[in-house]
Amino acid sequence: MLGRFGPVVTFVAHNGPIQQHQRGMATLKSISIRLKSVKNIQKITQSMKMVSAAKYARAERDLKQVKPIGNGAKQFYEKAEIDAPTDVPQKLVIAITSDRGLCGAVHTSVVRHIRTELGKDDVNVKVVCVGDKSRAILSRTFGKNIILACNEVGRLPPTFTDASKLADAVLKSEYKFGAGEIVYNKFKSVVSYQTSTLPVYSLQSVAAAPKLSIYDSLDDEVIQSYLEFSLASLLFYSLKEGACSEQSSRMTAMDNASKNATEMIDKLTLAFNRTRQAVITRELIEIISGASAL
Amino acid sequence: MAALRSMSRLLMNRNLSTTIKRGYAEDMSFTFASGNQVFYDGQNVRQVDVPSFSGSFGILPKHVPTLAVLKPGVVSVYENEGNVKKIFVSSGTVTINDDSSVQILAEEAHPVENIDAAAARDLLSKAQSQFSSAANEQAKAEAEIAIEVSEALVKAAE
Repeated sequence: MLGRFGPVVTFVAHNGPIQQHQRGMATLKSISIRLKSVKNIQKITQSMKMVSAAKYARAERDLKQVKPIGNGAKQFYEKAEIDAPTDVPQKLVIAITSDRGLCGAVHTSVVRHIRTELGKDDVNVKVVCVGDKSRAILSRTFGKNIILACNEVGRLPPTFTDASKLADAVLKSEYKFGAGEIVYNKFKSVVSYQTSTLPVYSLQSVAAAPKLSIYDSLDDEVIQSYLEFSLASLLFYSLKEGACSEQSSRMTAMDNASKNATEMIDKLTLAFNRTRQAVITRELIEIISGASAL
Repeated sequence: MAALRSMSRLLMNRNLSTTIKRGYAEDMSFTFASGNQVFYDGQNVRQVDVPSFSGSFGILPKHVPTLAVLKPGVVSVYENEGNVKKIFVSSGTVTINDDSSVQILAEEAHPVENIDAAAARDLLSKAQSQFSSAANEQAKAEAEIAIEVSEALVKAAE
């Protein structure tokens, strides 16, 4: 008699080793609870995907508008051939992430880039964390290198005011750096992004550039104001790129999560139905064998 | 023989690229972008007049490379077709590089025809009252900037 239950028993034992005596019933319940929770999770991931798809569409539209600003601000650094000064080893790294997770590896890849940088030289490199995620990851191992962190990033699309506040905070931190970089995720397509850097230079390094002499009528004040504004524009551009990559990546991640949930639901439904049948069969057998014993 | 031919082709290529480069320098690759809008992106224009803190100046192709900080005011762009476009800017930067490319990056920019003169005057009076009620140095400086911008706005709207 028990031999016939063999396969079911092993299956049941695999699912719920607790409550040995009422196996069939208990697993039926536990499977249905799990099924329900997976279905709820799927609902959440599906709606998160919808939300991030809408946000992504907006972020991409915004990004198109901002691209010339980023490229324009970069042009001067490239054309004037400015290099990091050799006599000032201090470096500044600005990590562009956001407060929210569940978006693939966007934040981790920014942090990984910075961690390799810090691994090379953790005395002269200081980090500004934009967004809670980078701060949370970096504070464990490199807490002493963080000079500034800000949050409330990523809920709303970034604006130029946000970027200028950030630039102001960076300049007011009174950290003397020779050169630096902004680490952000450059948006390539819906399914891909690339962790890239944008240069940041201080007044000294710009003034020391060999090609600066061909620029006409410059004084330190003009260059200082110019650099401040271009820091704000570069930050603005990288925030937009980061926001766009984040939303697209979240969209893909949530799409995958929904697909996985569908797969799990299928498996659980199958297991649920199988167990239900097994329970019915057992009850029938009990009744029949009881009747035949009489 | 074949080597000779490929060599001559190489020489020809180089000639071609130099002429292209020379032709490019006559033009002006003009980019004008602001936080809210992009006006020009690598386009070719005849002349650009900009207000800067070191004085207003006009930019023609092959202008000497320089950097400047924008003052609140009106940027006039003379397009190749002869149209003149007037755009109000609040602040920003002008970069002129040695390859004759010009970048204007503004914090906020709007075409002059979109400015409402009455609203601009309102803003000016608000900024002035803000200046008179400013308590500390920072608030005073902020109000001063607001006055400067709104004065330029009123002037541009007229």
